[in-house]
Amino acid sequence: MAWFARGLRQGVDAMDDDSRAPVSPGLSPGRPLPTPAGQMDDASLCPTGALEVRAGVTVPDYARCVQCLRCVRAGAPIRWEQSYRWAVSRTGALGPAFRRSIHVRVLDAGDCGACLAEVRQLTSPVYSLHRFGIFVTPTPRNADVLMVVGPVTRAMRTAMRETYAAMPEPRRVIATGTCALTGGVFAKSVAVEGAVSRVIPVDVEIPGCPPPPLAILHGLHLLMGREGPGRPDPR
Amino acid sequence: MVTERSLGDVLGTVPVAGVHPEVNWVRVEIEAPHLIPALRALMAHGWVFAGIVVEEDGERAPWRLTYLLGADRAPWVGVEIWVHEDALASVSSVLFAADWQEREAEDLYGIEFRGHPFPGDFALHEGSFPAFAPMRRSISPAPPPRPRPAPRIVDAPGGFTLPVGPVFSGVQESVQFLLETVGEEIIFAHVRLFYKFRAAEKTMEGRTPDDAILIAERVDGTAAFAHGLAFAQAVEALARARVPERARALRVLFAELERIRSHVAALTAILESTGLSVPASLLATQVERLLEISGEFTGHRYLMGLMTPGGLRADLSDADAGAVARRVRHGVEAVDEIYGRLTFDESFLDRLEAVGRVSPEEAATFGAVGPVARASNLSRDLRAAQPYSGYEGWRFDVPVEKEGDGYARWRVLMAEVHESARLLEQVAGALPPGPVRAGVPPTGGVALGFAEAPTGALVYWVRTDPAGQITRCRIITPGLANWHVFPTAVRSFAFQDLPIILATFGLSVADADR
Ligand code: SF4
Ligand code: SF4
Repeated sequence: MAWFARGLRQGVDAMDDDSRAPVSPGLSPGRPLPTPAGQMDDASLCPTGALEVRAGVTVPDYARCVQCLRCVRAGAPIRWEQSYRWAVSRTGALGPAFRRSIHVRVLDAGDCGACLAEVRQLTSPVYSLHRFGIFVTPTPRNADVLMVVGPVTRAMRTAMRETYAAMPEPRRVIATGTCALTGGVFAKSVAVEGAVSRVIPVDVEIPGCPPPPLAILHGLHLLMGREGPGRPDPR
Repeated sequence: MVTERSLGDVLGTVPVAGVHPEVNWVRVEIEAPHLIPALRALMAHGWVFAGIVVEEDGERAPWRLTYLLGADRAPWVGVEIWVHEDALASVSSVLFAADWQEREAEDLYGIEFRGHPFPGDFALHEGSFPAFAPMRRSISPAPPPRPRPAPRIVDAPGGFTLPVGPVFSGVQESVQFLLETVGEEIIFAHVRLFYKFRAAEKTMEGRTPDDAILIAERVDGTAAFAHGLAFAQAVEALARARVPERARALRVLFAELERIRSHVAALTAILESTGLSVPASLLATQVERLLEISGEFTGHRYLMGLMTPGGLRADLSDADAGAVARRVRHGVEAVDEIYGRLTFDESFLDRLEAVGRVSPEEAATFGAVGPVARASNLSRDLRAAQPYSGYEGWRFDVPVEKEGDGYARWRVLMAEVHESARLLEQVAGALPPGPVRAGVPPTGGVALGFAEAPTGALVYWVRTDPAGQITRCRIITPGLANWHVFPTAVRSFAFQDLPIILATFGLSVADADR
């Protein structure tokens, strides 16, 4: 009871829906924007090959960017955005029945701990996932969404496939984090499969290493049909 | 200070083929049959086993193995043997802490450790790597891992083994427990790691340090700064590079910020495991604030991208350092207020007291590190035992508790948060002026880099070719050491205690699996 009272005294920690400015410091690491010709043409300073010069424009491939900040710190006049609407939908949202509430099964396919930590932060009172009607569920049989983090290790391949197979239709898969999109810095490892999409179909991609909680939330909202897509994918 | 000569005294009558001072460790070359006496002699003089480095070398024999030992303010020693076939004698009978590292090497390199009491079923699961040993240089067929039965130690009527995981409910890392039970009570919990094996060590081979540090930071993303620091220090030692004073001080500042965040997250997880959701939520909010501070001042919530061999990739102004210290202080006070209230919460204390006990002897035998060791009366902390990055110049204590139970680990974590905040404030108030980055020329050789990560001693062993590219990087993590201790803490316990004991260990699976 004492804790209940203490909790009340704390007041509300949760940020007001999405009204907290996306540039609020520390919420998102940000990411590079396509940068016009002549300003930034040295793509080689990106260690992951995420920058490509195409017709004079430096185009970032968010599925490979690991937020190492080397391009900005090298003093290149690269444009950087602090937003978090990063999720990209590859298929459609779940039907209108899922607008109010979805159940999410979180699966660690070999993440470094940071992606999972950001997913965990989402359930903290600051982000308070529950108020959006989004619940983490223990069983795949109740899950509408499978959220995968990590570069799918060889040892997790089967477990991931089985978890997906146990989910009822309609079901959606969110690949969360650069590792889950391309293998990230582990893409060339003998021990990882790389992209989740090599093993099961992926509906929503959330780039970022790790994606901040707000980007993950954006991906969930996309699936629920509550949000439009973010900036069009430059690819 | 131990010299070449005094090391000879330590080794006494053990025939040594050579004692070679390396850049920041001493290599003791020995014939394989003398390995166990040499390890015994070192341990009798206070050295503690850290890890085994397996190298597929080919220079003098197919395999070179280095058994690495550390001590309190004495040099790191690597006992080196050359092995001519795909098998050698196990040392686990005298050096129990080596048990898991031998099993790992057996699976990943396809070499057999003869006489190991419990070989197999360690790093390769369910045919994840058919017919090859993933860490070998060439993916040529190696002897497939020895088939082995599921571990079983309980021999009682009605006893059975209950597998739990690798996929869990909630937001959990993937790992499997094999729980041996005879009903209500769990008699023993086997841990099966390596579901998250990403072959980080091998993936670093053939890369430049600049490239490889991206991987080092992502071995355990929740301790990215400590991993980057240990790795960078190895590369700096190789090149005998001097890191500017300001960078050394800022490294301490960020490492302590990371420790505070990691410890507060561990305290949060303990509260969650006991079902106290209100204080857990209050602490989770503080974790978020600490992540925001990191993100706001460094660009990355997990402090990735900041570390580089030679210093840091970005400076932090004196004013900003002061702001970080003030905001962290504010957060630590909020955490302490909640912690203080819990000290009077009987039902909470009941859940932690006397559960998951690890005796000092057990902690020593298994080679426990970090807060887990310090809660079992082992004052092991690399910041004090082997000061790096200028830790010797700042004032801090190494909190130790005696009981070795969940409550002792809870108290050690909070005491360390206070010490880290104290360190952070000192550094923020006395940052030396100057640059934060120096050049590190590509250099060939072998060196160690180490740091006290939030969860314990972390060692990077880096060998490079003359062009400075990595040929072997061994990562000895606190996770691997402390997961090894964990089953000791959960013998004969009630099923519902498992999550609580687990939370008090604060273990990262990613860090152990690499
Ligand atoms: S932040 Fe790093 S990975 Fe991303 S584009 Fe810039 S240099 Fe490449
Ligand atoms: S995407 Fe980055 S943060 Fe996420 S698991 Fe991979 S390495 Fe870790």
